[in-house]
Amino acid sequence: MVRKLPPVDVVLVGFGWTGAILAQELTEDGLDVLAIERGGWRDTPSHFPTTVAQDELRWYWRKEMFQSAARDTLTFRNNGSQTALPMRRWGSFLPGEGVGGGGVHWNGQTWRFLPSDFLAASHNIGRYGPMPEGLTVQDYGVTYGELEPHYDRFEKLCGIGGKAGNLNGEIHEGGNPFEGPRSAEYPSPPMHMTFAQHRFEAAAKELGLKPFPGPSANMSQPYVNPLGCQLAPCTYCGFCEKYGCGNYSKASPQTTILPVLMSKPNFSLKVHNEVLRIKLDSTGSRATGVIHVDQNGEEYEQPADLVILCAYQLSNTRLMMLSGIGEIYNPATGEGLVGKNYCYQVMSGADVFFDDKYTNEFVGAGALGMCVDDYNGDNFDHSGLDFIGGGYISCWTTHNRPIERQRTPEGTPTWGSAWKKAVAENYLKSTNVGAHGASMAHAGNHLDLDPTYTDVYGRPLMRMTFDFTPNDRAMSAFLTERVREIAERMGGREIKLSPREGPYDSMPYQTTHNTGGTIMGTNPSNSVVNRYLQSWDVSNLFVMGAGVFPQNAGYNPTGTVAALAYWAADAIRAQYFKSPGALVQA
Amino acid sequence: MRKGLLVATALATTLLAGVVPVTAQDTDYAQVERGRYALITGNCQGCHTAPGEEPFAGGRGLETPFGTIYTPNITFDPETGLGRWSRDDFRRAMHEGIAPDGSRLYPAFPYTHFSRMPREEVDALYDYLSTLPRVKKEKPENGLPWPLSWRVSLAGWRWLFFEPEPFRPDPEKSQQWNRGAYLVEGPGHCAGCHTEKNLAGADKKDRHLMGGQLENWSAPDIRGGPNGGLEDWSEDDIVDFLRNGRNVHTAAFSIMSEVIEYSTQHMVEEDVRAIAVYLKDLEGEERPSPSEPDSATMEAGAAIYFDNCSACHVSGGQGVPRFFAPLAGSGKVNNQDATTVVRVILEGARAVPTKAHPTPLTMPAFDWKLTDEQVAAVATYVRSSWGNRGGAVSPADVAALRERLADSMGPDR
Amino acid sequence: MLLATVLGSAPLFVPSALSRTLSGSIPWISGTSPAPRGFDAARFFTAAERRCVDALVSRLIPTDELGPGAREAGVVDFIDNQLAGSFGRGERWYMKGPFADGLETQGYQSEHAPAALYRAGIAALDNHCRQRFAGRVFAELGEEDQDALLKQIEDEGLEFEDVSATAFFGMLQDNAIEGFFSDPIYGGNRDMVGWKLVGFPGARYDYRDYLDHNGARISIEPVGLSGRPAWSAE
Repeated sequence: MVRKLPPVDVVLVGFGWTGAILAQELTEDGLDVLAIERGGWRDTPSHFPTTVAQDELRWYWRKEMFQSAARDTLTFRNNGSQTALPMRRWGSFLPGEGVGGGGVHWNGQTWRFLPSDFLAASHNIGRYGPMPEGLTVQDYGVTYGELEPHYDRFEKLCGIGGKAGNLNGEIHEGGNPFEGPRSAEYPSPPMHMTFAQHRFEAAAKELGLKPFPGPSANMSQPYVNPLGCQLAPCTYCGFCEKYGCGNYSKASPQTTILPVLMSKPNFSLKVHNEVLRIKLDSTGSRATGVIHVDQNGEEYEQPADLVILCAYQLSNTRLMMLSGIGEIYNPATGEGLVGKNYCYQVMSGADVFFDDKYTNEFVGAGALGMCVDDYNGDNFDHSGLDFIGGGYISCWTTHNRPIERQRTPEGTPTWGSAWKKAVAENYLKSTNVGAHGASMAHAGNHLDLDPTYTDVYGRPLMRMTFDFTPNDRAMSAFLTERVREIAERMGGREIKLSPREGPYDSMPYQTTHNTGGTIMGTNPSNSVVNRYLQSWDVSNLFVMGAGVFPQNAGYNPTGTVAALAYWAADAIRAQYFKSPGALVQA
Repeated sequence: MRKGLLVATALATTLLAGVVPVTAQDTDYAQVERGRYALITGNCQGCHTAPGEEPFAGGRGLETPFGTIYTPNITFDPETGLGRWSRDDFRRAMHEGIAPDGSRLYPAFPYTHFSRMPREEVDALYDYLSTLPRVKKEKPENGLPWPLSWRVSLAGWRWLFFEPEPFRPDPEKSQQWNRGAYLVEGPGHCAGCHTEKNLAGADKKDRHLMGGQLENWSAPDIRGGPNGGLEDWSEDDIVDFLRNGRNVHTAAFSIMSEVIEYSTQHMVEEDVRAIAVYLKDLEGEERPSPSEPDSATMEAGAAIYFDNCSACHVSGGQGVPRFFAPLAGSGKVNNQDATTVVRVILEGARAVPTKAHPTPLTMPAFDWKLTDEQVAAVATYVRSSWGNRGGAVSPADVAALRERLADSMGPDR
Repeated sequence: MLLATVLGSAPLFVPSALSRTLSGSIPWISGTSPAPRGFDAARFFTAAERRCVDALVSRLIPTDELGPGAREAGVVDFIDNQLAGSFGRGERWYMKGPFADGLETQGYQSEHAPAALYRAGIAALDNHCRQRFAGRVFAELGEEDQDALLKQIEDEGLEFEDVSATAFFGMLQDNAIEGFFSDPIYGGNRDMVGWKLVGFPGARYDYRDYLDHNGARISIEPVGLSGRPAWSAE
């Protein structure tokens, strides 16, 4: 028996970064906004204060910070000839759950994509000719210039620390000269760099590269954002990614928006309620609300004029599939769009071991690092290379949490006295240079519903079919060589490369940058949502998150996810509510 | 004493005439507005609202050393509120502490202060209260032991400690000073918390605004002149604190956060400044130097501080002004009575969210993490470092407070 | 001492009423804490299982000239207690069937939750040892034989009948490292021997005073969630 609840103007499904942004924006116009979150309420003092936050076993290894795989996970296979099996515990990526979502446990590396990233197809084809075989790369349908004010807004919301390299077209020494023109300097100065960054910077400069401080959502100094919310200075404790910040110094929905949003009378938040599906009217072209279930198994129908999916990319895509909105992509025929262009991130790196220098990496922060962007996107000439795209190369000192981090030189056994000795000798005297590579969409990589395995409510799990493509491998091999060049010049005794080899492995942690599945684009035949993140099929449904990326750039996604959310919120406020209906004519 | 007669008369009048209270329609906007402002200056909402329930409907338990007193419903509901009270009834309660039925009100209701409010001000307050939504809500029985539960015993108290007296401006002082004095000593009833009480629960006159204790909190000394608890605060600091809940020295939490939330942040700046001018003119009393804590305790306290507290309060105790309270030079930390310091370590504390500072920055509880000895050591350390002269705290004090808090029914529990 | 006090009085974290609607303000209740569920003395292993695991982790992280190993760190107590709790039951793992062997890239596919995997893995290992070493179980073998056997498992040169030897070994290795390096509140890393070995300062939250180390060693005494000896005035 489904209980029908009083209608609201807007229902948000999921309450992380995009949910908080949309709620804050849409409540400004007096709309009644309800957010439904499947996890619980979470806040700094009551859930991850300084008294308990620095607990490696509990939050990461016992996964208390993340979605419970027991309730809902996904199945995985490298290609369509294999049988997908469930990810029984999280490994390669860590979907968030609870208020704030992944915005609670991110590192805070807050990038803008390059102008050419939004034109990945037209730009690359224009410069290098046809795409490599199998790539299904396409343009976003929105440009960097259109998103710039929204990037700026998010950076000011979060108090991002950094150094502009391109201010209104003028190149500034010490910043990233390759970035798109920005309308304003970062709201905070860069983080305080440590020994490893100084060595990286010197090595990169020797190679003629242009190092700059990584843009950081860990506060380099106290910050009050435009809403009046306070973010305290980062203490460099080294517990950012996979952990909640105990002392208000990492930008999250909790630190930047909730103090203001939660006090608004026209906003409410339902926790521990999971949306099962979007309800459509008989024509299938209009959403009438959502069906959700509470912890006691009671089902409710929540009517709403506007439904906005604000959950994680994997959940948004799955909810579209479970609600029967759009056609699920079929790689055999190339038909269908939901689940298409699933992309990830192609990571590789090199550990650097010093003899007499201590990196002391427990003094760290999630976005404390120096980077070079010389080999990202199309910042370098790809002529004669067998790939498109690239990635940034960086030396982040994010942490030295000992269960997670035992760097040992090449040839060290994985246990016994020799292992123990190598760990003890190198623990304080090593660092890492990493390449954060793009992931280009490929016809064979996709998401759909698993035919066998189900979640706690009996709904099919999402099935992921993914492997690194020839483009990914060529790009990563190229980037890893560039990593080697820098790492070898940092003055260490030796380095150990970890190139991206073999098939994609779903277990070792890589990054939680899953993208695609509800991609945006220029017309209904190439995309699930239009340039305003509005569903082509159901005009009162919008889809947020990295699922709309047609392919993933060589950067962390949060900055772009948030900029797109602000961009969509503006379109909803300025256009949609004045005249509900499709914002782009098909 | 002639009060008995008055009560009898009033009672008779009410019963015979069946007084119909004035309602909003009968009063002009300016009058209601004046009453609304008077209500803000008196923070009526704080005490007369149970946490999470309808404003002004009462039912909040005030913990006193004698037991719990529940506040009444002050909406104009005829059955359970002030609906059948006349203007005169209300004035008598406010000025004399006597209810329409002649019973005496417990001085937890600060009529000793409200007696300083001019008659017109009290009338305006009455008019404003009459406009509030009426809520039907009975007051719970007070949890007072006999003979205190016997209101007649209050007669003696009143005879000893209460002289109704209108506010008399000091002609030697500025108009601003006098306005401040009126707000502090009249409707603001600051002494209610910030003045030590004698055994009967009345203010110790020679300890005026030098700090008090209530509901297991120590309210700090708020005298602003030489040797006063706010000696280091400028007028601007006081204004900032009362309007925004934060200043460079500290943040408001607990009961003071309600005062700011419901009262001072809504006051006009001139009034808040007048309060500051008045407080800055009150000299304090020199305190004897505390005895030197033993070095083993200080070493343990330093270790605990460095490991647990420095992330927010910074290794040198300087805090992050307006974010995390500086402990060096803090009035709360240096307060003679360490109850608040110990309690905050045990339970945590949350800075009041205000219009200017919406983020409720919160210190977590350490009660599960630190033993009595450790809490005492770190409290002693912060009270004796960086120039602080608060003095030592004993593990027994911590244990006793833990026990009292476990039994407590305070607003935050 | 302290650990016992903390655990004895720690309020277990109870999530506030589930499935509710929040509106109007940010909730907070003073005096409440999301305190960790630390070591609570619950046990899973039989005496024989315990001997086996103790022998196993002592080979993975040996006591040697560099100092204490898994044995001194109490790794077996840590694992025993973890298996007796929600981890052992795999409460946050997806444990619905059907089960299949799977590819290496598909991760853990055993039908056993961790505690059951240990029980099956230990039994299979000791059975194998009895057959190969004249009735002796793993704990009774010499260190060289033990090491050789572990190497064989690690290199996937040995498989058991009912349970995956590599899955067992992988889990053991993960848990040994956890028990050696996690907060002492969970029963392992006793006296913070793991942290002292590598130089990790533990559950700290402020390194601002050390940012300009410029390659010099930072030595700070480690601290656990429940403290360090210097917190006591005695």
